Amino acid sequence: MRDNVTTLTQDQAMPQPVMIETAPGDDIILDVAAACCRFDVSAPALSRLFSHEPRRILRAVENVSFTVKRGTTFSIVGESGCGKSTLARMVVGLQRPTEGKLSFRDIRRADGTIGPPRVQMIFQDPYASLNPRWRVGDIIAEPIRELKLRSDEAAVQQRVGDLLETVGLSRTDASRYPHAFSGGQRQRISIARALATEADFLVCDEPTSALDVSVQAQILNLMVRLQKEFGLTYLFISHNLSVVRHMSDDLAIMYLGRFVEAGPAEQVFTQPQHPYTRLLLDTIPDVERPNRARRPMSGEVPSPINPPAGCTFNPRCAQAADRCRVERPELRQLGDVRVSCHFA
Amino acid sequence: MTASAAQPLLSVRDLRIVFDGRHGPLTALDGVSFDIAPGEILGMVGESGAGKSLTGTAVIGLLEPPGRIAGGEIHLAGQRIDNLPAEQMRRLRGRRIGAIFQDPLTSLHPLLKVGDQLVETILTHLPVSRAEARKRALDLLKEVGIPAAETRIDHFPHQFSGGMRQRVVIALALCAEPSLIIADEPTTALDVSIQAQITTLLKRLCREHGTAIMLVTHDMGVIAETADRVAVMYAGRIVEIGPVEEVTRRPSHPYTAGLMASIPSVHVRHEHLNQIDGAMPRLNAIPPGCAFNPRCGRAEAFCRENKPGLPLSGHAAACHFPLKEAAHA
Repeated sequence: MRDNVTTLTQDQAMPQPVMIETAPGDDIILDVAAACCRFDVSAPALSRLFSHEPRRILRAVENVSFTVKRGTTFSIVGESGCGKSTLARMVVGLQRPTEGKLSFRDIRRADGTIGPPRVQMIFQDPYASLNPRWRVGDIIAEPIRELKLRSDEAAVQQRVGDLLETVGLSRTDASRYPHAFSGGQRQRISIARALATEADFLVCDEPTSALDVSVQAQILNLMVRLQKEFGLTYLFISHNLSVVRHMSDDLAIMYLGRFVEAGPAEQVFTQPQHPYTRLLLDTIPDVERPNRARRPMSGEVPSPINPPAGCTFNPRCAQAADRCRVERPELRQLGDVRVSCHFA
Repeated sequence: MTASAAQPLLSVRDLRIVFDGRHGPLTALDGVSFDIAPGEILGMVGESGAGKSLTGTAVIGLLEPPGRIAGGEIHLAGQRIDNLPAEQMRRLRGRRIGAIFQDPLTSLHPLLKVGDQLVETILTHLPVSRAEARKRALDLLKEVGIPAAETRIDHFPHQFSGGMRQRVVIALALCAEPSLIIADEPTTALDVSIQAQITTLLKRLCREHGTAIMLVTHDMGVIAETADRVAVMYAGRIVEIGPVEEVTRRPSHPYTAGLMASIPSVHVRHEHLNQIDGAMPRLNAIPPGCAFNPRCGRAEAFCRENKPGLPLSGHAAACHFPLKEAAHA
């Protein structure tokens, strides 16, 4: 493969920058094609032999395809165990897809260089993702030193100070340790560390769910500002629909490893097509309509090891018919939105 | 409105909790007063460290050293409970005040079948035989919506999902028919679709049994869906209290207003979220006067010197310059 695509399925896939002028409309940065991630969770071979148990395969992500446009936010929403974090790990390369492929397209940066986007991750828990024994300055300088992005130490320190100011902290904070910062400030440090690599693509796995609402607002505003300033692309993983609504350009709703609905955020929120999306929107607590009568969704998310036959949502779906219990709906294109429901 | 009608079930007056530390005492709760009427759900909302869980802990008598109650009184149905001897408090806990905590896995004993845990609790508090206790346990499991309760009663906690476990915890809290339940972040560890099931269940049980609930959570959405009244806490004090519709729609304290505006909406996408700059002060650096004054857009010199009081009436805010005149019932 000598084109402008970095493929994660290849083991030693080194980016091969080729001078290709990207067409104006074609600004796709990430292309995920039929990606699957399955885990073998069988008992050890010997005990399987004695107990005659079959192999058990956990299908964390099944046949997921989407593209992310440069400078936009693509969100993935779902309940715990739906595979959204596995998908995020596949995008940053921490997990290899079992099938399918994920490819980053080369981009032209502001400084004129062309190459694959630099990908960084922002984790959920800012208390666990920063080394408590390192000074903040060293935490942020680590990627700069490691990737040799600055020639001398003075330039590294200068860059660290600039980054701290970019995320709303002060230069002098570099000499303090993470424990001296609140949750929101720590998340700012995580963001500064991600930006230190001159990242173009940030995978944010629940970046605000460990934070209080007023601090969450500060971090979300910061992320929106940075996106505008640096043209960042976000893959935003969350279970909080109102946060997703605020951040996303496009979004996908995941259920048991599959996309059930995907499309422009505005359209999915205003005209939800899939019963699961509708139920999710109906059950989230709404501060604007206190004490409204709502009917909670019955049942729970089934196990991804043993998903229901047919449409995986059928045991919880009010509209489920016989066909839903037998035949799995394909993800069909309906206008701008893709929906996997027989009745959409 | 609700509180003044009859005798309140729970009445907390000027509660002050102090932690004695190496660098002198830290006041974690400062003059907290509120009432809960029988059968009422009072939501306690605030950011981490605001003192909402501490209030619940003090009411249920589980405050541990170095924390101590340094002032104020707690009355349950007219009886003062904050100075009860430990043994009497232990008998009251579970019998008259139930508790539901955030993580259902840590509040259940992992090595005991759920039925045995329920039976043990029932036998501790009620004068019934073991057979009657088991029947009651089964009824409770059915009531909290556990499918196939007859077989599930003999299962261990790890065999239940998170939502089902929280239902078992609710059944445990309801065992002795307490008149008050302290629910500390009961839905925080659960998914949204399960969260809705649990809050609906809590609300239904509260209505059917006439149980009052003190619902402690950081999630304004859960409060709005579940509570009758809400108390907003900031830096160890209640800054606003009132019926949930009024507080969420017409907040009177600038902090509540800022908090409400910082929640992203599911209905419209805004370009920019309202944010309250800064952070809640640490306990050793609570500013004099109104604790919110350094972050408040309406603060004046007066706010920096005088601590605002909180009137005990329908909808009230501890603010010298409230956004609107709070509607008094």
